[in-house]
Amino acid sequence: MADVRMTFPTTEEAIRELRAGDSVTVDGHIIGIRDRTQIRIFDQGQEPPMDLKGAFLLHTAPGVRKLGEGRYEKVCIGTTTSARMVRFTEPLGERYGVRAICGKGGLPDEAIEPMRRLGMVYFAIVGGAAALETTQIEEIEEVAWEELMPECLWKFRVKDFGPLTVAIDSHGNSLYHDVQAEAKKRLEDLYARL
Amino acid sequence: MAVAVDIQKAVEDAAAHLYVWALKDIPQDLRDAIGEAAERETSVPGRRVLDTIVRNVEIADTGGNLVCQDTGIAVYYCRVGEGFPLHPARIYEALYNGTERATVEHPLRSNTVHTLTRENTGQNVGYRVPIVHWEFVPDWDGLDVKCVPKGSGSENMSFLKMCVPADGVAGIKRFVLDSIVGAGGKPCPPGIVGVGIGGSADYAMHLAKEAISRPVGTRNEDPLVAELEAELFDLLNATGIGPMGLGGDVTALAVHVEHADTHMTLNPVAVNYQCWAARRATAHVSADGVVDFDREA
Repeated sequence: MADVRMTFPTTEEAIRELRAGDSVTVDGHIIGIRDRTQIRIFDQGQEPPMDLKGAFLLHTAPGVRKLGEGRYEKVCIGTTTSARMVRFTEPLGERYGVRAICGKGGLPDEAIEPMRRLGMVYFAIVGGAAALETTQIEEIEEVAWEELMPECLWKFRVKDFGPLTVAIDSHGNSLYHDVQAEAKKRLEDLYARL
Repeated sequence: MAVAVDIQKAVEDAAAHLYVWALKDIPQDLRDAIGEAAERETSVPGRRVLDTIVRNVEIADTGGNLVCQDTGIAVYYCRVGEGFPLHPARIYEALYNGTERATVEHPLRSNTVHTLTRENTGQNVGYRVPIVHWEFVPDWDGLDVKCVPKGSGSENMSFLKMCVPADGVAGIKRFVLDSIVGAGGKPCPPGIVGVGIGGSADYAMHLAKEAISRPVGTRNEDPLVAELEAELFDLLNATGIGPMGLGGDVTALAVHVEHADTHMTLNPVAVNYQCWAARRATAHVSADGVVDFDREA
């Protein structure tokens, strides 16, 4: 379980070096995205007005204060449950070259194979730890699709973003899969105690 | 009449304060429980999660920011004395206006949408929102208001099963176990697992929700139910789900069970999850409108 520091956007090569359980801290640029943003891209067929190649996507609907036309400052930015958005994993990697998806609570097993094949990872953030996360976001640099507020497409500049845990790596490993498999085994013993 | 309006204003001010306070400053019992969990956890990702949570709570304190970005759906529990000089219809109005004002003034993220169109309905208020639960108390002239902003990550992990009487207590325990293992990391564990048993389908869920609003460390007054709480606590923490579902020793900070008597052929069990950021804040309002805020209740 290594401690890794990375800058995004990044390359497939850098992603392939990560292993499930590693701790990662991120600098650079990350993209905020959520349910309605991805429904618009994939179900309504609208091209995202931001380059997602090599990108780090954060599942978020930030709390912000409007400063002026298209300009916002952060109030409280945290992370939402990822599992609802699992079906977008493969097309995000295949069509747009996304390299990392970050959220809380994990992705179901159907994300493991596309992440292995396409060279992507899932980073687990600590859900609810928004006060800390907000301090690690330096600035909201761009906002697209403001009419979806707060589920717009956001570009954040971050520093020391983390600690994140590599929970699904690009080699077919998922901590969520392992934890569930272990829990199912334990449940058999626990049922016997009832 | 002028007195009643002043009291309504006092309740509205209290609600506006409670909502923001609950979001920023989590109660001491919860801080203690998180601290103890961090000491007890042995898995590497689990410790990383708990240490980050402790750091986050401190940063929310020093920076005056919200603990979690999910400002939740506004839920209030009201205990109204029979002699309290403001009718519940007006108490509701005050809670509605207080919630709206806090959302605009802070500003807070507004989460409330029409359930079919999904369009935002306003400032964390809408049709039947905030959600208010009532209890009426004889021989008393006060009002207690507890604000419990409920995040969606944990609320989405709510489960109901109409067990049959032959399933017995074992069936209840098994359903709670299956629910928490199935929920995995989604509800931001380790949190408070609320369990409602008995009553009817809707009342069991109501009781499960009431259970999560109790302070950590409190036990059900009925020794049989308290015993079930302790047993479920041990069972859930033996599943290995761990902090944020990444594996570990601490899956639940507490298990709270509330019960009601039920029909001879019913055995309902409801699970309502509360995330580690178990926000709650209480105000006591006297008949003359004096507000006393309470961190412990």
